[in-house]
Amino acid sequence: MSQSPEARFSVGIDLGTTHCVLSYLDLSISDDETNGPEVKVLAIPQLSQPGTIEDKNQLPSFIYQAHESELSPQDIALPWNAQQTVIAGSIARELGSKTPIRLVSSAKSWLCHAGVDRRAAFLPAGSPEDVQKISPLQATVEYLKHLSHAWNYQFPDYPLSAQELTITIPASFDPAARELTAEAAAQLKFSHVTLLEEPQAAVYNWIKACGDKKGEGWREQVSLGDVILVVDIGGGTCDLSLVAVTEEQGNLTLNRVAVGDHILLGGDNMDLALAYRIKAKLAAEGNELQPWQIHAIVQACRDAKEQLLLDNDIQEVAIAIPSRGSKLFGNTLRTALTRGEVQETLIEGFFPKVGIDEHPVAARRAALTQKGLPYAQDPAVTRHLAAFLSRQVDAANDLIKESSTHFIKPSAILFNGGVLKAPALSTRLLTIINQWLIDSGAKSARLLGGSDLDLGVAIGASYYGYVRQGQGVRIRGGLASSFYVGIESAMPAIPGMEAPIEALCIAPFGMEEGTETPASRAEFGLVVGEPVHFRFFGSNVRRHDETGVQLDYWQEGELEELPELQATLPTEGRRIGEVVPVRLIAKVTEVGTLKLEAIAINPMAETSPHPAERWQIELDVRN
Amino acid sequence: MTIDLSHMPTTLDIFHLILAILALSFFLLFLKKQNQSLKKQNQNQQTPNESTPLRNDESSNVSITAEKPAPAQLTQASPDAALQLLTLLQQDARFIDFVKEDLSAYSDADIGAAARVVHEGSQKTLNNYFTLESVRTEDEETRITLPAGFNAAEVRLTGNVVGEAPFTGTLIHKGWKVSETKLPKIAEGHDTSIVAMAEVEL
Repeated sequence: MSQSPEARFSVGIDLGTTHCVLSYLDLSISDDETNGPEVKVLAIPQLSQPGTIEDKNQLPSFIYQAHESELSPQDIALPWNAQQTVIAGSIARELGSKTPIRLVSSAKSWLCHAGVDRRAAFLPAGSPEDVQKISPLQATVEYLKHLSHAWNYQFPDYPLSAQELTITIPASFDPAARELTAEAAAQLKFSHVTLLEEPQAAVYNWIKACGDKKGEGWREQVSLGDVILVVDIGGGTCDLSLVAVTEEQGNLTLNRVAVGDHILLGGDNMDLALAYRIKAKLAAEGNELQPWQIHAIVQACRDAKEQLLLDNDIQEVAIAIPSRGSKLFGNTLRTALTRGEVQETLIEGFFPKVGIDEHPVAARRAALTQKGLPYAQDPAVTRHLAAFLSRQVDAANDLIKESSTHFIKPSAILFNGGVLKAPALSTRLLTIINQWLIDSGAKSARLLGGSDLDLGVAIGASYYGYVRQGQGVRIRGGLASSFYVGIESAMPAIPGMEAPIEALCIAPFGMEEGTETPASRAEFGLVVGEPVHFRFFGSNVRRHDETGVQLDYWQEGELEELPELQATLPTEGRRIGEVVPVRLIAKVTEVGTLKLEAIAINPMAETSPHPAERWQIELDVRN
Repeated sequence: MTIDLSHMPTTLDIFHLILAILALSFFLLFLKKQNQSLKKQNQNQQTPNESTPLRNDESSNVSITAEKPAPAQLTQASPDAALQLLTLLQQDARFIDFVKEDLSAYSDADIGAAARVVHEGSQKTLNNYFTLESVRTEDEETRITLPAGFNAAEVRLTGNVVGEAPFTGTLIHKGWKVSETKLPKIAEGHDTSIVAMAEVEL
């Protein structure tokens, strides 16, 4: 049975910033006529304390780099490995809360951070030299490895590497981060991997939740011309997408037409904001807090917040921070988190009532900050959302007859992510969006609901694997940006001024998986044996640039500079220093990653029996 | 010697005296044996692992022991599970710290603050590892009727317990029952007796 060439399961992995979830769907079971296929979530065995193993639906995305005298081998043994060396999951978060210098966290955000070498071992960032470091890529591999072991432990006859695997990534991941995620999966020899954008996974989860035998129930909830806004606010990131409902041969289809920028803003920021508010309150009473107490407050605030946001009758929740010693009495600090404080900090702070024209205060930070993660400087989710809707005003024009002015007007909204589980926050966000719509004379949008916001992405991902087998509707998407290579324009050098740059489009917006662009007309000279660099740009608003278009002018903010590309020509059969003329070709792989290649221009290509030579261009340059 | 069965002895002769003493001593011996076997039975109840079936002891006891109910088979709960629960309660609820402290020196406000920690943590532990439900779904302080053959392990009768089922009475406590337990697994060789590690900050 284990030799079956066909994958038995469709497995979805939500590789989140703070948690990983694995869901699966048995492809061999014929569908239940009424409810469609059944998706299950794997209970992942993981250490919760030294020597203690618990099964949990979520694997916290943390790794703890223990000191050699800290834990004995039997304390960290896992059911599948008595000689475990990597400590991941609940225990890592637990140990790391007291020894933060050894805790690897937010590896996923680092993976999408253009300013660092993502293959270099530097995590935990900024910790002493003693602490063993790993790279963001390696951390991703470790989380996948843990999930893979947990799976193989439960299904020894169906190794994960042979299953149909869908790994979710933020829609805003740049091509290099996508490539690195695919590379992590490749390191573990996963054979059928597809990458899926998280907001799309949320939509698949909604389609699945709509039920019906063929997954057609969703057609009753939306109609032709609808624009669905997907807002996914997780622990660490805020991910936005737009999906347009169109018609093809009399059938409704879904098209992902736009994705937002990478915004590092999520539930963790909210818990932290509350904790600092409590800290200020205690400080005003004369209690100075130590760092460990802050951590305890963050935990307590998380619980208190949930209670206050869920239940309208509670006016305040007491927060007690016990001492660390065995003497519990007298040393326990107590305070309370009130409804007013939560209202002010979360609702007014993160979801302020703003107009559609109010965009994030700080300009988007020049992408390359070396030291830390580029956290969003403006905490207002609503301002980021207003900016997104305004920027994407034309997103659905090609597909939907009514064109928008001023900003794109969603007619339906789908929420995802743990933060929006709180009714107070989701209602607030919906109210604000509807206010924008009503003010501009549009109808208010309706909320598409009925799905699990915590596990939704993973569930949607395994459902996508099932859809790929030819069942149910598939969201059309392709590249969510167009990509450009920078070319120095040919003009006389002016002292003290950088030569203006022109952008050559090498991959158009919406380019689909498994396709390739024709070779660019522009020629480039590659120097044999020397790395050659290209400046690389992406745009998630210019959706009409065809391959080969050369831009000499663009509006501020239209193009975003990405980490530069690098091509190195092997020296085989050539002299070092020789310049080889090449053209560029872009491919979108079946996995969902972008590949750029340089193809040698052979004057006799027409007659040559050999295909032209090609070289891979690196998206992620090692610094 | 002539045997006349109709003839009754008129005086106690030496022969009959000996006979009587012999019978008495046999009777005493019998009583003593019985005492010993009862003792043995008690011992057996204290150490259930020492399996010496009473039946093989002595044939004379068979008729007496066979009528007694079989001794209860007791099992010793593994201390690991209890220690694990203590560990969990200490971890999340500071349970041992709380109970081990002398309350007399502290004000109710201090105790209240600490009690919050213990309550929240214990609740988390209970919710995480046990699924609890009440034995009876009726409201407390209402009259309920127990039919014949009710589960005596689930419901305890108190007060004026007379007569035959069905019994009607007031539900005092609705009872708790654990319908699912999912305690964490412990690695082999893990020392469960350390319910809270000492902590040293460097």
